[in-house]
Amino acid sequence: MSTLTVPAQVPSVTEDCEQLRKAFEGWGTNEQLIISILAHRNAAQRKLIRQTYADTYGEDLLKSLDKELTNDFERVVMLWTLDPAERDAFLANEATKRWTSSNQVLMEIACTRSSKQLLEARQAYHARFKKSLEEDVGYHTNGDFRKLLLPLVTAYRYEGDEVNITLAKSEAKILHEKISNKAYNDEDLIRILATRSKAQINATLNQYKNVYGNDIDQDLEADPKDEYLDLLRATVQCLVRPEHYFEKILRLAINKQGTDEGALTRVVTTRAEVDLKVIKDEYQRRNSVPLDRAVVKDTSGDYEKMLLALLGHGDA
Amino acid sequence: MAEIEALIKAFSGHGVDEKTVISILGNSQPEHRQAFRKEGGFFAEDERRFERWNDHHVKLLKHEFMRFKNAVVLWAMHPWERDARLIKEALKKGPNSNSVIVEIASTRSSDELLGARKAYHSLFEHSIEEDVASHIHGKEKKLLVALVSAYRYEGPKVKEDVAKSEAKALISAVKNAEKQNPIENDEVVRILSTRSKPHLKSVFKHYKEIAGQHFEDELDVHLILQAAVQCLITPQSYFSRVLDEAMRDGADKNTKKGLTRVLVTRADVDIRAISDDYRNHYAIPLADKIEAKAKGSYKEFLLTLMARGN
Repeated sequence: MSTLTVPAQVPSVTEDCEQLRKAFEGWGTNEQLIISILAHRNAAQRKLIRQTYADTYGEDLLKSLDKELTNDFERVVMLWTLDPAERDAFLANEATKRWTSSNQVLMEIACTRSSKQLLEARQAYHARFKKSLEEDVGYHTNGDFRKLLLPLVTAYRYEGDEVNITLAKSEAKILHEKISNKAYNDEDLIRILATRSKAQINATLNQYKNVYGNDIDQDLEADPKDEYLDLLRATVQCLVRPEHYFEKILRLAINKQGTDEGALTRVVTTRAEVDLKVIKDEYQRRNSVPLDRAVVKDTSGDYEKMLLALLGHGDA
Repeated sequence: MAEIEALIKAFSGHGVDEKTVISILGNSQPEHRQAFRKEGGFFAEDERRFERWNDHHVKLLKHEFMRFKNAVVLWAMHPWERDARLIKEALKKGPNSNSVIVEIASTRSSDELLGARKAYHSLFEHSIEEDVASHIHGKEKKLLVALVSAYRYEGPKVKEDVAKSEAKALISAVKNAEKQNPIENDEVVRILSTRSKPHLKSVFKHYKEIAGQHFEDELDVHLILQAAVQCLITPQSYFSRVLDEAMRDGADKNTKKGLTRVLVTRADVDIRAISDDYRNHYAIPLADKIEAKAKGSYKEFLLTLMARGN
């Protein structure tokens, strides 16, 4: 469920654009004004604002933001203003570059988006980077990571609820066999995770637990230092329990010495209009403290205010 | 007897020459038909002293009569449904039809392939990639799954240095063919299934320059891999080859279907270019070959598809 709050009476697009332009004028920037507008508009509204702003002032809103804002605040506003497909394309591209490379982000995007959203991200990737997402992922990853990531980012999973129990049983068996043999990069194992529908995978994992006693998660914990195994576990989580995955990412980001703003920004901006409410509930359940409060403790300034606004916090 | 010969001819080839069948068989008296049964080769002497239809021939006839109907149904279909159904059929038919999957995945535009994937969800409640991954078992599996999952960039931009280094990776994979079949090589699969088509054209141009021969002339290259490359960079040559194989005498049932499939799926796209390629390669205009090998309504339908807008 979304945490975004949009006012009951939304100002006209022209008004929004004028106010934003005002926020950039003069010596400083009126960050509060920016937050009060952008953090309370949904994707369709933001898109319209961007278009109108460009038509009226001859400049992409993002460019103005880039000129006026800095650091974490700039990044959270920039990511938030992009529409979801462009945002995913941007994050995915970043994740393939050397200094910001992250197999985890690639997997996260591939597995937590719907088939349509992943597709739209791939289209946005073509438009912005003049290449396909898969060619960059293929080129910049290797070994077992590539074996897993390429099929994940090119999947177009069926999205229905239909489940074949017989198939679930037989594929649970295959998974168990491969895992018992520590064949974590096995073709069939990857095939099941990368091509089956999420409903089917869920059924398969239920069978796995029923028949073999353990959650597949436990059986994949063999070697704590193994990064590939980590990624595999996270993949499974993203596919069937994304809110648990995101709660964990947030928890690690916040508890980390100094906070991992990158992860915090990414999760909040990409989930605010999707399931941030569920993730918040999960966070509270797991950490006995509301996410809002943890963010207040751990961040500051305009960055904090923007995050709180996106989290649906009362007076932001 | 001339008429029996003509009748046999009317049933042999692609489709059925309905007019001949009507005029000869329709006008025949019982003794003519008996002569046909005794000499046509479509019947066998039953132990109870009557000439009995050979089941096998009845089946063949059924296929020939259906060729026109199948072509019409396929032609009227939305291209997305068409491609989705062709892939499903190829999966059902088994490994010999793997080339059809390669054909569709590699010769369609990115959006056309995407459309096929969407239609597949609607028609079969599974994704193409999951069915391909679970039904194909040989060496080609990796490549086929990757090909059907592609959403290639379609711009013209090519990075020559990357293309060159990827050509070298291919050369090295071919050199290593004894240790690992290139079709299973991860780099080969990555390059062929993720790069844009203009980029691939450049890769294979570099391949020829460095290795001294065309990729498709390398001996150790799996046929499916060769087909994939052909489809990606010279689709018209690929299609004219499929057409020629379909019309060859003695072509098997599946190969013969190539005639309908190529004509119907390319008539709106590049049939003219395929036709030119065909004439250059096989020294006879495609329309003439179809005129000679196909029959009846089926033939007329195909020729009409080709001639549209002429």
